[in-house]
Amino acid sequence: MTTPLLSVKDLVIEFPTRHGPLTAVDGVSFDLSAGEILGVVGESGAGKSLTGSAIMGLLDPPGRIASGEIWLKGHRIDNLSHDDMRSIRGKRIGMVFQDPLTSLNPLYTVAEQLIETIRTHMKVNERDARTRAIGLLDDVGIPAAGRRIDDYPHQFSGGMRQRVVIALALAAEPELVIADEPTTALDVSVQAQIIDVLKEQCTERGASIILITHDMGVIAETANRVAVMYSGRIVEIGPVKSIIQKPLHPYTKGLMGSIPTLTQADDRLTQIPGSMPRLVDIPAGCAFNPRCDQVFEKCRIERPFLIPEESRKVACWLSKEAIASKDVK
Amino acid sequence: MTSPLIKVDHLTRVFDVSKPWLNRVIERESKQYLRAVDDVSFEINKGETLALVGESGSGKSTIAKMLVGLLKPTSGSVLFDGHPIRMDTSKDMQQLRKRFQMIFQSPYASLNPRWKVTDIIAEPMIVLDVEKDRIQIKKRVEKLLELVGLSGKEGNKFPHEFSGGQRQRIAIARALSANPEFIVCDEPTSALDVSVQAQILNLMRDLQDELGLTYLFISHDLSVVRHMANRVGVLYLGALEEVADSEALFKTPKHPYTRMLLDAVPDLEMTGRKRKEITGEIPNPINPPSGCTFHPRCPYAEKRCKIEKPKLLETDSGAAACHFV
Amino acid sequence: MNTALSNFLASDFFYKFSRSPVAIAAFIVTMTLVLSAFFAPVIATQNPFDPGSLNLMNGFSKPGVVNDFTGETFFLGTDDQGRDIYSTILYGLRVSLFVGFSAVLFAMILGATLGLIAGYTGGRVDSIIMRIADIQLTFPAILIALLIFGIAKGITPPSYRDEVAIWVLILAIGLSDWVQFARVVRGATLVERNKEYVQAAKLIGRSPFSIMIKHILPNTLGPVLVIATISLALAIIAEATLSFLGVGAPPTQPSLGTLIRIGQSFLFSGEWWILFYPAVTLLALALSVNLLGDWLRDALNPKLK
Repeated sequence: MTTPLLSVKDLVIEFPTRHGPLTAVDGVSFDLSAGEILGVVGESGAGKSLTGSAIMGLLDPPGRIASGEIWLKGHRIDNLSHDDMRSIRGKRIGMVFQDPLTSLNPLYTVAEQLIETIRTHMKVNERDARTRAIGLLDDVGIPAAGRRIDDYPHQFSGGMRQRVVIALALAAEPELVIADEPTTALDVSVQAQIIDVLKEQCTERGASIILITHDMGVIAETANRVAVMYSGRIVEIGPVKSIIQKPLHPYTKGLMGSIPTLTQADDRLTQIPGSMPRLVDIPAGCAFNPRCDQVFEKCRIERPFLIPEESRKVACWLSKEAIASKDVK
Repeated sequence: MTSPLIKVDHLTRVFDVSKPWLNRVIERESKQYLRAVDDVSFEINKGETLALVGESGSGKSTIAKMLVGLLKPTSGSVLFDGHPIRMDTSKDMQQLRKRFQMIFQSPYASLNPRWKVTDIIAEPMIVLDVEKDRIQIKKRVEKLLELVGLSGKEGNKFPHEFSGGQRQRIAIARALSANPEFIVCDEPTSALDVSVQAQILNLMRDLQDELGLTYLFISHDLSVVRHMANRVGVLYLGALEEVADSEALFKTPKHPYTRMLLDAVPDLEMTGRKRKEITGEIPNPINPPSGCTFHPRCPYAEKRCKIEKPKLLETDSGAAACHFV
Repeated sequence: MNTALSNFLASDFFYKFSRSPVAIAAFIVTMTLVLSAFFAPVIATQNPFDPGSLNLMNGFSKPGVVNDFTGETFFLGTDDQGRDIYSTILYGLRVSLFVGFSAVLFAMILGATLGLIAGYTGGRVDSIIMRIADIQLTFPAILIALLIFGIAKGITPPSYRDEVAIWVLILAIGLSDWVQFARVVRGATLVERNKEYVQAAKLIGRSPFSIMIKHILPNTLGPVLVIATISLALAIIAEATLSFLGVGAPPTQPSLGTLIRIGQSFLFSGEWWILFYPAVTLLALALSVNLLGDWLRDALNPKLK
């Protein structure tokens, strides 16, 4: 078997407080193969953005990786120094954030920023870098790229700015692009365009994507696989189509039912009672147990691990495998 | 037919977005105006939910503010049950204020962080003189808290002790405090997570059935609108492009912009529905395109669209502002 | 009440305080000085401004040395009139703190009111108030205080001058200090007034006045408290400066500044303690209050976390 492009093993992220550490991400593991698009979906506070930041080496202190490993193509990257990590970011991992203005420096033209990124990571001269930069802008769908490249970020509209960020992320031909809520700040009619550009350009270059979002619709349109997160844990991971059409974990089921759709105007949406626990009081056992309608004794005591079922893995004691192994006992 | 509860008549609001006087003189710029709402008319009948959909700059929130007297229209009027909405605090206006309320977008900014929940919920009934007796007020607050799915005992807490969804419930309880008939809901769930959004939307529908409320529901999310509204109005750059019964609008959208918006909704069920490609972005509202403001993005645009602004004309299920309907 | 106390002890605010040695030290020094000023009549050895309790023979006693004539010992020494320096400091501290607190309170009420009105009303009212503030800021505060003091002195009849001197001092320092309160409150008001809870209050027809007082004001008090603490240190120094210049507290009601002024005439004739101990007290007071204010600003400002 080939080594996966990215491998996250038992990642735990903690925030030290005076009442002891708070575990914001708790034992997250997944593999990502080359060219794959993995969606990470979850509600606010589920730990999805933190997981992304940890991979990029951009965790804001006091948050820290308490245990676990992150491997990029067979090399461990979670324990690298700041300088080593900086040369990986941009070169091997591209980044797209929710707000384009956090990735773009308002004081420099788009050309300056793109050329700098290209020349930092590749051995090319100024002129070739500029040609390359114009090509990139052209690829991400900026009209009259040759002229607009010398504009400042504020001269672009929101959607165009996000396209520039995508061009910047792809400038050094990274193997992996981490996109954290890339469309959340944009208007509905622009969102779809940005998602299309991101997917098309990464696929063309063979780059994998980790797409972090709260929007199941975006995942459905874009990703191959999806990891559903709840309270800092992955509750279900597998192919998008099977999870969306037939979710197995009670949380995923509830989540899917709670999303209103265009085709059905049911009187009531399915709703999950309560809300996600705060970090200070995550219950023992399965973190979802107080809200689960199929909860039983074991859920309150023992935390379920990811159990393979059908084409995916589910962290639930109700999965067939879990029930089967219990029957054997 | 009975007369509508709300009648919005040629409502227009222009904002002065000019730079300060000195800058204008130095930079030789003239005054700049933003037509946030441009000649919008519609009606809302008792007991129904009218949704206004639009992207940023569509003027939907500006309309909401004018409807409840938080903003003065530049021209046009809003009639509530036949009475004009004004901004003063005269006796008859205060009498009218008892009958409408608003739920805001942010559950964090809409509750005063220094006030206890009980005081927040009681404020409208005290200020609007609906209830004077302190014991009665306390009882009613407890009832309201239970009505929105919280415990009556939680009134002693401060807003920061609640989650986003719970805060939005508190905001709903406050809106119901003075027993209104009509509630303007300005993106009430866009700051919430989907599972919480479902709770709030369900709650709002239950309350509508129970109390016979009329809603104006403002949103940018078509799926949510589909779920909540009887009728839908689509706004683009301050103008109403299409109004229709919900069923008809989603099945057979008349205006090209409505069609584009529908195409932009991700295909969650993965039915493999093929979408039309969407192009372009919303133009700068300070300097909108001539004629039909949608023409630069419209696949059907012709010469006429660039020159002549289409009127909102009746269709079989509502009205649309397009030369080709 | 008990739960309020235990809540406070469990709060992040108290935790931060308990982890900051500087804040604790500053707090202890400030409280000691404030309490000793408050209990001055009890803990002072004499009332230095009651001529009956003074003995001229005790004049110029050295600190901690037995006086040759009377056999009494004054551990901080005495001045030319035989006043115990320790007691004069306690009474001087009273005047200094009273003037400081009152001036800050006055500046706070004036500044917060004007800031609230400017920020909420906006437009022309805002421009007028803030331009006045800008103009005032171009003059040194002490100059404005001197000016106000001079005018007040000119219009009060001489027989009342000593009586009203303290109040004029408070007025002068307060008027020279309201600008920063107005600015901070105006800034906070501009933020708060656009928040949705204010819209909700407008929606039910609450008057601008009651929205300002009941909704906006409570949400601007955090930064006001910080400014007030830092201003207190400045006001105490301003009062000392004015009194040192001879335009502040009258000799019948001397503040620390007056004591320093009196003491400096003896400095070069060898009686250093008359100047030294009041000066050290003033330094300790101003420094500890200032440190407390600085710490408070850091602790309450989420951006610096």
